[in-house]
Amino acid sequence: MSTSTEQHEHEHGMTDAGYIKIAIILAAITALEVSTYYVDFGPLFMPSLMIMMVVKFVMVVSYFMHLKFDSKIFTFLFYTGLGLALFVYITALATFKFFIS
Amino acid sequence: MAIIERPGTGTTPVVVTPQQTLGAVKRPVATKGWREWLFTVDHKKIGIMYGVVAMVFFIIGGVEALLIRLQLAMPDGQILSADKYNQMFTMHATTMVFLFAMPMAGAFANYFLPLQIGARDVAFPRINALSLWLLIIGGLVLNASWFLGGAADGGWFMYAPNSGPIFSPSHGVDFWVIGLQIAGVASLLGSINLIVTVLNMRAPGMSLMKMPVFTWMILVVQFLLVFSLPVITVALVLLMLQRSYGATFFDVSQGADPLLWQHLFWIFGHPEVYVLILPAFGIISEVLPTFARKPLFGYPFVVFSGASIGLVGFGVWAHHMFASGLGPVSVAVFSVATMAIAIPTGVKIFNWLLTMWGGKIWYTTAMNFAIGLVVLFTIGGLSGVTHSVAPSDTQQTDTYYIVAHFHYVLFGGMVFGLFSGFYYWWPKVFGKMLNEKLGAWNFWFMVIGMNMTFGPMHILGLQGQPRRMYVWTEARAGEGFFNLGFWNLIASIGSFILAVGILFFLINVVITARSKQQAPLDPWDARTLEWLTTSPPKAHNFDRIPVVHHLDEFFHRKYEEDTATHTMKKVAEGEDLVRAEADAADAHIHLPSPSYWPILLSIGVGLLGLGVVYGIPMMVIGFAITLFSAYGWVLEPSVAEEIDFEPSDNDGNTKEIAPLG
Amino acid sequence: MAETATHTADHASEHGHETSTGLTNNKLAMWLFLGSECLLFGGLISTYMLYRGRVSDGPHPMAIFDIPFTSISSFVLLMSSLTMVLAVSSAQRGDDSRTNLWLTITAVLGATFVGGQVYEFTAFIREGLGFSTSLFGSSFYTLTGFHGIHVSVGVLMLLSTVGIIRKNKITGTKAEVVELVGLYWHFVDVVWIIIFTLVYLIPS
Repeated sequence: MSTSTEQHEHEHGMTDAGYIKIAIILAAITALEVSTYYVDFGPLFMPSLMIMMVVKFVMVVSYFMHLKFDSKIFTFLFYTGLGLALFVYITALATFKFFIS
Repeated sequence: MAIIERPGTGTTPVVVTPQQTLGAVKRPVATKGWREWLFTVDHKKIGIMYGVVAMVFFIIGGVEALLIRLQLAMPDGQILSADKYNQMFTMHATTMVFLFAMPMAGAFANYFLPLQIGARDVAFPRINALSLWLLIIGGLVLNASWFLGGAADGGWFMYAPNSGPIFSPSHGVDFWVIGLQIAGVASLLGSINLIVTVLNMRAPGMSLMKMPVFTWMILVVQFLLVFSLPVITVALVLLMLQRSYGATFFDVSQGADPLLWQHLFWIFGHPEVYVLILPAFGIISEVLPTFARKPLFGYPFVVFSGASIGLVGFGVWAHHMFASGLGPVSVAVFSVATMAIAIPTGVKIFNWLLTMWGGKIWYTTAMNFAIGLVVLFTIGGLSGVTHSVAPSDTQQTDTYYIVAHFHYVLFGGMVFGLFSGFYYWWPKVFGKMLNEKLGAWNFWFMVIGMNMTFGPMHILGLQGQPRRMYVWTEARAGEGFFNLGFWNLIASIGSFILAVGILFFLINVVITARSKQQAPLDPWDARTLEWLTTSPPKAHNFDRIPVVHHLDEFFHRKYEEDTATHTMKKVAEGEDLVRAEADAADAHIHLPSPSYWPILLSIGVGLLGLGVVYGIPMMVIGFAITLFSAYGWVLEPSVAEEIDFEPSDNDGNTKEIAPLG
Repeated sequence: MAETATHTADHASEHGHETSTGLTNNKLAMWLFLGSECLLFGGLISTYMLYRGRVSDGPHPMAIFDIPFTSISSFVLLMSSLTMVLAVSSAQRGDDSRTNLWLTITAVLGATFVGGQVYEFTAFIREGLGFSTSLFGSSFYTLTGFHGIHVSVGVLMLLSTVGIIRKNKITGTKAEVVELVGLYWHFVDVVWIIIFTLVYLIPS
């Protein structure tokens, strides 16, 4: 990710300028997301939206919520919940043949 | 008790001086009488209250079960109407699962988890109190429905759309939804609290792999709760919105999918099954080594199999739905996953057997119940494997065979584990031993009663008697050995033998409470840290926070290996060790202070919930109380300043706090 | 928090000694809670995904969604995450007035988002999408309403934090309290990132 060169204030976070940079990137991705509504992306539409959503999610969680700089235990707890949620709900939707129809 | 100056001799009274402060409300200060219990944040008192509440609901749920068995004892039973029967089995299951089993495990967890890891309390003492009061409010709301127009009647898994307003017009299901929602919040807060306690508050030297197995199993259970309760919360919210606010989630005429509720319920419901059984597994993993006088066989295997049961438990929920038309692929996948979960469970059974193998077994009541669990749970486990085979399950679905299965694992497994825990830990909690002779009667009546009640249900189920039918008729009962009438009668007689067994326990409790005889400090030659303090433990648990070097720390302080014979030789008595701790006691011990807010907040939440049935004004009042208590809570330091106490009742200056211990 | 100057020895942890993991109890509990919340919102989102095409006689999602409007309110919420993180950063430097300023701005942005949602709901109801109209209606209002309640609770927490810091009545470490409120706030924001894509941008 382009933000890996951010200088760190100390090991627990970033500078305010770094946060603003992250916010600008997030805003740019959001603009790109909204543009898919007006411009036809063809077969790239779904995958690009999904990737942008995941990138935004991970950026907020890693930088704004400090998960990247904080104890790995927090990462474990949060992503365990997230992973279980993805697993059980995608499986449940699959049994509804949600992804086929 | 802001700062407790530990008295050197243990007899000098501790004095704090309460003064007027700027705080909005003074801290409660009573250390005697009902106020001490109502506003306490002491994990031990909260644990005892959990136990009392759970026992009351155990008796209520038990009476409901006896009424069900009376109704079914004879053909065309007349005891209950069809409607009352529906309410009876729904509330029996709901009460036993949510108001007995979980709180009773919570009682053990609250009381012993901090003691086993060498802590002075849980991480969030006030949240701990809040969990208890929310649970009580939830239980009251659930059971209030009996007197307010009829209880819930849709079965404990409350399948929608059957639980919608058309098929269940009384407010019973509304009370059920609200009550469970509140109890769910209580469990969620409790589980977060206990996980943080285990991760953060272990005594120096106690790494995760030196923790007692009971603590480990409770930790796994709390993780299951943290990640499964939100799912039932979603389901309950959807049902509440459907019943009370006109949502259409389960309205098939609008194109709704009835399986949505089933998925949400069982994504929660299956981990919940392990939430019920794992604490019992933890208890007997403490009891078996103690009374076999051998260390637990394969400690890491017991720990990791428990953790993997928890993990795999999230991937098997649809085996409750094999008969619902999921399609062959889903059924096959969930069938295989379900079979896989038998492996870690089997690992545990073999570990327990090998723990006993070659041990000098001491057949106390606690040990008898633990062995009872191993035997009866295995029977229930094996019938469970027959459900995992989908074609066979299709035959068994909604018959008494299922009822037989889950009562073997839950009664024969969980309840026996909890009773084992009662007899094992009673001297620790109350300083007196439960009577062993009455214990034997208690045990054997329960074993015989339980097998007579639930054993015949295998036959009844395979003969096709459906669950949840309020009568059976002579004309369809069949003949000979498989006659439904004969086995129903046996089951009903068995249920009363079982009830007598539990009555023996209650008599035992009363006799023990009245007896003057004090228990020895270490009656069972136990192994874990909770025994490294007085019985009952002092308010601050440990005079000095122990430094841990071994798994089974207490045992290793009592025993040393004789290098010549390679046997363990007793070098110290428990009394010596506890005295040594007292001599080296910490000077200043900070304890969390009592608080009004937990109980007030829970009342607010209760009114907020009842507002769903009784309208907006009640909801507004509930919300106001909740918000007010939340602010009071936030502004109150958890450890009070010394001056922040209520003025005492008489002279307004000093208040004596009874000596500790 | 080790890096803060506001660290007070008396209240460093509830029991006056270091925790086994070296992490504070409060933060550990907050992350557990957020892990748990993933399954809560996951359930609501899945319900919506299952039902979004089932409109009965009511309007179709694509017919009533106002993408430019929702894009702007999403942007407002996203930017409130920036102001929140700046508040946390100020709090860690011990700069109370900056902290309060950023917290207030965050609360205003959050309230703007909630206001936008209220406007959106009334507009949808005018166009014929009631709560009981269809499965789409029920699941849409439940999901976004649940999120809206979370944002409202967050706004209340932000304003309360400002008040408590002003009156100097804080019972914990100041920087940590702000950080915990921030974690909750960012989580609510990431949930909206998902809702915005799955609910609004992907046509059903």
